[in-house]
Amino acid sequence: MSTQVFYFVATLSIIFSLLVIFAKNPIHSVLYLILTFFTFTVHYVLLNAQFLAVVNFIVYMGAIMVLFLFVLMLLNLNNETEPSKSPLIKIVGVIAGGCLVVTLIGSLKSASITSPLILKNPGLGLVENLGKELFGPFLLPFELSSLLLLAAMVGAVLLSKRDEVEA
Amino acid sequence: MDSAFVIEKFILVAVIFGISLVIAMYSTYAERKVAAYLQDRLGPDRAGPFGILQPLADGIKMFMKEEIIPTSSNRFLFIAGPGLALLCACIGTAVIPWGSPVLIAGKTIPLQVSDINVGVLYIFGVVSLGVYGVMIGGWASNNKYSLLSAIRAASQNISYEIAMGLSIIALLLMTNTLSLKEIVGQQHGLNWNVWYQPLGFLIFMVCSFAETNRAPFDLPECETELIGGYHTEYSSMKLGFYLFAEYINMFVSSAVMAALYWGGYNYPGMDYVAAHLGPTWAPLIGTAVFFGKIVMFIFFFMWVRWTIPRFRYDQLMNLGWKGLIPLAIANIIITGVVIAIIEKF
Repeated sequence: MSTQVFYFVATLSIIFSLLVIFAKNPIHSVLYLILTFFTFTVHYVLLNAQFLAVVNFIVYMGAIMVLFLFVLMLLNLNNETEPSKSPLIKIVGVIAGGCLVVTLIGSLKSASITSPLILKNPGLGLVENLGKELFGPFLLPFELSSLLLLAAMVGAVLLSKRDEVEA
Repeated sequence: MDSAFVIEKFILVAVIFGISLVIAMYSTYAERKVAAYLQDRLGPDRAGPFGILQPLADGIKMFMKEEIIPTSSNRFLFIAGPGLALLCACIGTAVIPWGSPVLIAGKTIPLQVSDINVGVLYIFGVVSLGVYGVMIGGWASNNKYSLLSAIRAASQNISYEIAMGLSIIALLLMTNTLSLKEIVGQQHGLNWNVWYQPLGFLIFMVCSFAETNRAPFDLPECETELIGGYHTEYSSMKLGFYLFAEYINMFVSSAVMAALYWGGYNYPGMDYVAAHLGPTWAPLIGTAVFFGKIVMFIFFFMWVRWTIPRFRYDQLMNLGWKGLIPLAIANIIITGVVIAIIEKF
């Protein structure tokens, strides 16, 4: 049952991620990306990582994608306003894409089917266990990364703030 | 998963869905009556006694109106927008504990669709998802006013979600759980969270006004600036869906406020009632009390709407970012310090 659900949701993830790239309209791209993130949330639930699932739901689907949509709607990009690309850029794009394909094929060739990983503690993804791990053995890296985020936030506010004289 | 379990949950879901819709329907009636009372008018009184059939008449009117889809709009998203808004409004009810378990025909039935252990975060996720209905509908209308309104709704929701989340964190420091069932269970009798978290409750309430796009924060449908807001281009039942979603949102956030801060189905003297009425009727009285609290909050939403004028957009942002967020952070720090002191001694 769980395996079938996994394959179904995984197929959906792949389809939606492909649609993100192939959609002509940037707003449609973002909407497909939201659906992709939703399928990721389902994956997390299947892995019994409920906290991660819900955080993915709130942060990625609920906040970051809203901001993406927000910016795109403000810009209101249309097919007509899109600048036409020169042939040079197209050639460079083809070469870069080809390189990516070669790399992917190379890495897939050496890949082999691994046996499924079995967690020693299947309840690791629950809030309580995750919290104990984060605030126990991983306290220092956790606090440091939060400091890093805070610094980035303050920096962003500082950059967007105009000088008092100018305003 | 036996079939009895599925049937039980299915009935529960159907009942909750029906109640949400009926409450949303009669909220429209109540809103007009409250508005009329506050403005010294009579309000609707033609359809049925005291105008009690007015929501039905409105519903029929909505269905009968001509359906207009603008030619330059994005057809699929134009239809998906209101549907999404209503869906997001309804799924929030799944984790709210409507009452303590009831004994019916020798079987104990929990009055909660699903007790997931991240219930509070689930509510939060649903709230953050709710803005997509407005954004998609506003954008798909291909109307400058609708677009502006959609953008307003997005930035307003994002801004107030932060303060809302921070105010909940202070509550979670006290309850030590994310499960709504346990949070409500801890508030036995009159041991309600609001006595311990008055500031947190105030911030949460102001934020839920903003999240549900209710006055004084109904900037997305500010008619003096934006004609009708995000639903300018909508007619017929699609407009009805948007209006309905707003009232269901109001109902759900009232329920969440009542459950998180005002004790849910707990009331003073509930032990006495439970001892005398038995395990079938006592929980149902608790549920009735819970609905009483919800109705009080819905009335409060309306009272505020017809009392306080709409904020200006910069005032809204200033209140959110410079007022509520620092207050919420201070609330977390104070709560943390007090809990640390209590645990120490």
